Amino acid sequence: MQVYRWTLTMALSIVHRATGIALYVGTLLLAWWLIAAASGPAAYAHVQAFTGSIIGRLIVFGYTWALMHHMLSGIRHFVWDLGYGFKANEREALTWGAAIGGIALTVLIWIIAYAIGGGR
Amino acid sequence: MSATDTPKRSMRTPLGRVRNLGAAHSGTSDFWRQRLTGVAMTLLMIPVLVIIMMLLGRNQAGAKQILGSLPVAIIMVLFIIASAWHMKIGMQVVIEDYVHNEKLKLTAIILNNFFSIAVALASIYAILQLSSGV
Repeated sequence: MQVYRWTLTMALSIVHRATGIALYVGTLLLAWWLIAAASGPAAYAHVQAFTGSIIGRLIVFGYTWALMHHMLSGIRHFVWDLGYGFKANEREALTWGAAIGGIALTVLIWIIAYAIGGGR
Repeated sequence: MSATDTPKRSMRTPLGRVRNLGAAHSGTSDFWRQRLTGVAMTLLMIPVLVIIMMLLGRNQAGAKQILGSLPVAIIMVLFIIASAWHMKIGMQVVIEDYVHNEKLKLTAIILNNFFSIAVALASIYAILQLSSGV
């Protein structure tokens, strides 16, 4: 592998996999949250205590970014699947777009969330 | 797999062995479903984010009322099915890429199926219970 010069598209390919794996594990949190909502007030309060804690907020923030990044990076793959965007500058633009867009959407979502939920 | 790895000598060429349904003998259905579920989740992303925003700051009674309403429940169930299917295929691709021991690979693929199905069914069951008002 050392013979390859690292490129942006290579790095983002790894990040696409890593975020996919993180989202996979994170579905446990989603399932826990839904089951707690169905179980009753005490169980739901547990989930809210966790997601409201510093660690919980960091995990949910990271999950938001993983989801947004994986989605935009996936849309990039759709463009390639359809046969477009293979020129060097198009490749780079799509990849930068996914990387920056993922961060921008995550920040936007959390600003809206804090505005609505008042920081929960 | 190089020619020396094949257990039995065969007159078939490498190309001949992978024609039609390919090396996995299941064709391109996983490739197609991976994209189908990806498109589905992308389309459902805005409604799902709106639902999550609606739930912020509410207690269990409020969450139950929102998650139990019909349109919300349908969107959530669709999103869960697409997610579970998508992640099952995605993880299988990762396993097939990095786990080369045949027994370990099969075990990992089985566990991947169990995990994805269990997460999906548990989540869907919770949504249905919230909807039925039990």
